[in-house]
Amino acid sequence: MGVPASPRPLSRTGRWLRGTAGVAVLFAVSEAFTRAGLVDRSYLPPASSVVARAAALLGDGDFLRQVQHTMIAWGLGLAIAVAVAVPLGLLLGSVPVLNTGSRAIVEFLRPIPSVAMIPLAELLLGSGLGMEVPLVVFASVWPILFNTMYGLQDVDPVAKETLRSFGFGPVPVLIRVSLPSAGPFIATGVRLAAAVALIVAVSSEFLAGFGDGLGIFISQAQSVPGGALDVLAGTVWAGTLGLIIATLLGRAERLLFSWNRS
Amino acid sequence: MGPSGCGKSTLLRCLAGLLEPSSGQVVANGSPVSGVPDGLAVVFQDYSRSLLPWLTVRDNVALPLRRRGLDRTARRAAAALALDEVGLADAAGKHPWQLSGGMQQRVAIARALAFRPSLLLMDEPFGSVDAQTREDLEDLVLTVRRDHEMTILLVTHDIDESVYVGDRVVVLSQSPGTVSASLAVDLPSPRDQIATREHPDFVRLRAEVGRLVRNRLEPTPAID
Repeated sequence: MGVPASPRPLSRTGRWLRGTAGVAVLFAVSEAFTRAGLVDRSYLPPASSVVARAAALLGDGDFLRQVQHTMIAWGLGLAIAVAVAVPLGLLLGSVPVLNTGSRAIVEFLRPIPSVAMIPLAELLLGSGLGMEVPLVVFASVWPILFNTMYGLQDVDPVAKETLRSFGFGPVPVLIRVSLPSAGPFIATGVRLAAAVALIVAVSSEFLAGFGDGLGIFISQAQSVPGGALDVLAGTVWAGTLGLIIATLLGRAERLLFSWNRS
Repeated sequence: MGPSGCGKSTLLRCLAGLLEPSSGQVVANGSPVSGVPDGLAVVFQDYSRSLLPWLTVRDNVALPLRRRGLDRTARRAAAALALDEVGLADAAGKHPWQLSGGMQQRVAIARALAFRPSLLLMDEPFGSVDAQTREDLEDLVLTVRRDHEMTILLVTHDIDESVYVGDRVVVLSQSPGTVSASLAVDLPSPRDQIATREHPDFVRLRAEVGRLVRNRLEPTPAID
């Protein structure tokens, strides 16, 4: 029995081509579906109209301000989450007593879907950045915290012993060996958190119903007759932002951690 | 020198202050040692895990010098000097994983040299390299010992190696490891991979160490 030859890994352009082909097929199916008159065009406009509208929104100053608001909530929340979760992860990951002591709280808080916190946050914090940023922080902290702690477990004991033998104390060893060694894990956590943060930012605006942001743009379009086109165009932009963020972070990871070949 | 599993590495870790002995104490220069002693450097067997992959070779060598309070320029200069000494001046800008195993262990040795330790501990440093590289690295250790004022304690399970690089061979017995003999090695310098290994004293010593390791101690004239 022969072993099946493993498929040749795709080149960069090969991957791009396949990705583009997938999008094109989906686009064609949706276009044909709506143009065939199977659904009311005012509810589900053809894909070409949606894309044209999404492109036109780039010239709409008001829309861009809404996107900017969402991106500020996203960026601020994610930055605070990194600033909180990485040091906390280093602390919990390197002091066993704190780790076991905090486990019950963490295991209680972690399974709460961030979206379920939105009504509570709106009740306590109103709307706008003051409500969105804490929600984004809450949602983004977990993947970064857990990946930091997980990364610390993976640090090579020989590398730590080497620096210890040169007279480095626990904190310098943590900063010079454990932190860089856990870097790729932390970066993965940040990438996961970045996606969750965008979802939470947009949903919190959407559920608040007033204020600014991409979620507000979508929810307001929803209540206008014939607004389906704007709802879909706004959604396309939400997805596109997620894609851009994921691509940029993925590139940054490869650049920063080129030493990490595994 | 001792058979596998006799506790050589444990003993070395105790000496380095990385491990607390369950009983007894480590005494250096007449005073008890607690924690990692000053002026110590360790070269581990597992060079690929001991070097930091995110740093260049130069930065790996320069890193411990932060403990010496040197500024960046001085650290870099010392690193360049040490790398030159082990014949790796050209590899300074590379990352450890771009080098062969023998070269990586040279980097680890350069890192120890740059630190100018008074005590250099080597834990089976040549256990994971091929035979030719091993001989080259043994000679490098001999050069280091000749050129620098430092005590080198090299742990090995290779009988020939212990005699070839040693001024004194301390033989540990099977587990639980106890010192079964301490033999002075008085071979002519400089040592040579071919000539030294043919020397009658070398042949006699390696036989003696071999017998000690196999717990078949036969009475030999005292040479200590």
